[in-house]
Amino acid sequence: MMKILVCISNVPDTTTKITFTDNNTQFNTNGVQFILNPWDEIALARAIELADGGKGTITVINVGDAATDATIRKALAIGATDAVRINAKPKDAWYVAYQIAQYVKANPFDLILTGKESIDYNGSKVAGMLGELLDIPSVSIIKKLDLDGGTAAVEREIEGGKELLTIPLPFVAGTAEGVAEPKIPNMRGIMSARTKPLTVVEPIAVETFSNIIGYETPAPRGKVTLVYAGSPAQLVELLHTQARVI
Amino acid sequence: MSVLIYAENAGGKFKKSTFEAVSYAKDIADQNNTSLIAISIGDVAAGDLAALGQYGAEKVLNVSNAKLKDFVNQAYASVIAEAAKAQGADIVVLSNSFSGRGLAPRIAVKLQAGLADGVVELPAQDGGKFTVKKTAFSGKAFATVELSSAVKVISLTPNAYKVVPNGTDASVEDFSVENKESDFKAMIKDIVRSTDKVSLPDAEIVVSGGRGLKGPENWGMVEELAELLGAATACSKPVSDAGWRPHSEHVGQTGIAVSPNLYIAIGISGAIQHLAGVSSSKVIVVINKDAEAPFFKVADYGIVGDAFEVLPKLIAAVKEYKTTA
Ligand SMILES: Cc1cc2nc3c(=O)[nH]c(=O)nc-3n(C[C@H](O)[C@H](O)[C@H](O)COP(=O)(O)OP(=O)(O)OC[C@H]3O[C@@H](n4cnc5c(N)ncnc54)[C@H](O)[C@@H]3O)c2cc1C
Ligand SMILES: Nc1ncnc2c1ncn2[C@@H]1O[C@H](COP(=O)(O)O)[C@@H](O)[C@H]1O
Repeated sequence: MMKILVCISNVPDTTTKITFTDNNTQFNTNGVQFILNPWDEIALARAIELADGGKGTITVINVGDAATDATIRKALAIGATDAVRINAKPKDAWYVAYQIAQYVKANPFDLILTGKESIDYNGSKVAGMLGELLDIPSVSIIKKLDLDGGTAAVEREIEGGKELLTIPLPFVAGTAEGVAEPKIPNMRGIMSARTKPLTVVEPIAVETFSNIIGYETPAPRGKVTLVYAGSPAQLVELLHTQARVI
Repeated sequence: MSVLIYAENAGGKFKKSTFEAVSYAKDIADQNNTSLIAISIGDVAAGDLAALGQYGAEKVLNVSNAKLKDFVNQAYASVIAEAAKAQGADIVVLSNSFSGRGLAPRIAVKLQAGLADGVVELPAQDGGKFTVKKTAFSGKAFATVELSSAVKVISLTPNAYKVVPNGTDASVEDFSVENKESDFKAMIKDIVRSTDKVSLPDAEIVVSGGRGLKGPENWGMVEELAELLGAATACSKPVSDAGWRPHSEHVGQTGIAVSPNLYIAIGISGAIQHLAGVSSSKVIVVINKDAEAPFFKVADYGIVGDAFEVLPKLIAAVKEYKTTA
């Protein structure tokens, strides 16, 4: 039986208008709906496909406080076998990767999946840090993932192309679009999610080296300059002489 | 103390994003009155290595070894971390490219360093505090991160920093590291590059199409405009979901984030998830037949009109401009 671990993060819904409080030092969570990170949905969906037919079990793991339980239950409803929550606010990617690595050292897995990035802090950091901490290979942005026994065949995104790799298990895969289609929980999944095991583990103290001290939103653009549809030549002129981008 | 920049190559050639990162690292070195050392891994021509000096590198470490010809994440991370130690580098800079995003976290762990990813500005170093600005919430905001470790790793967003050629050629030295066997577990079977196309994350101009273009058969116009402008092509999510265009072209919050000098959006409504990935473009042009489309609110220039009428005229106008310019 193959053991798959899927790392999941709890992030603001993609429609969220991002604002800040406390003199722009805190993200304003007021009225914000939190969801399972879209990339992690892809990771989970691929894990379910790979484990299908009794080939494996899927554990989802999250570093977060009790507020993330709803997102964890969603992952269980989609099809994870069980869940682990490391009971701490995720201070930064290093902190998250460290906690997960400690858990994995005590509870080994054959394959570890993360999303390519979390849509809040967009680090693409956890996969690589986890690989390094566990001294196993990691590929941060994967477009395709297949298994052949103990070896994975992987397609990695590169600028203007792709790279094909083979990697012995265990390794860490950061999944992107193309790996799988997200799965929607069905009624049976939602019912059974309530009784699937969710283990809460206390964190291990560790020093962190990065800290967000403030936020800002992009400066608003000036008013749009409209060009008459019949004369795009005028647009070309403006892009050349005024905007100086062509 | 010094600054180390990893000069990434693609198929043996340095990319624009590499020159940006070298220029950026040079300015950090200047902030700290120290020197900039570059490291290159793979097969790069001697002249190209020395030319990194023109962007500010004082010395270039050249790691050329058959096993390291292609990007092997773990092995490259070991080499760069060892070089940082050997050179006493306390700041390591990389480009936040696809490969950079695989490398930077591993290097940071090896060096016990704080990592700032997707950085868009020079760090501020006042009163002993080291802070740097990065994109957050998929381009909907910026965060200022303080790094408190002795060694710091910074990955720079492509297109966020100007290339400044100023220096002269650098001296090139060979450098090598004994890699562990386990650094080579992942094996590259093949690299497929679409050489005829401008790569989307690096592109200075992006021409992007949405559902308003009705179907894949209408992308000829988009490609023609892109080719004339030396631009990359992109699309909205429903377009790649429908299979009209490949996933690698999908931009936005759940696609690729881009920040070109010019982003031209054709038949795209401007949903919040789309804007998240493109709003840091320097200039935005929107072509949409609906004057109420939300995209116009964040555009610099707009044409309210039917893409099927506007695009052929725009293509003709660009051709005209190209022949007279
Ligand atoms: C979790 C989640 C994540 C998402 N992530 C992304 C993402 O990363 N990127 C992304 O793009 N979307 C994303 N979306 C989808 C997003 O919400 C929008 O649905 C999508 O961006 C709309 O694509 P569109 O503008 O091409 O199509 P539409 O919204 O259908 O807009 C088509 C536009 O074309 C115009 N038009 C029609 N005909 C013509 C014509 N002949 N000439 C000119 N204009 C014409 C219309 O006026 C309209 O404005 C996400 C959604 C969700 C729920
Ligand atoms: N708090 C968390 N708990 C568990 N996994 C996480 C957490 N934060 C991030 N991850 C995982 O790491 C991936 C990349 O996140 P990041 O490096 O923050 O962009 C996400 O897609 C998740 O799979």
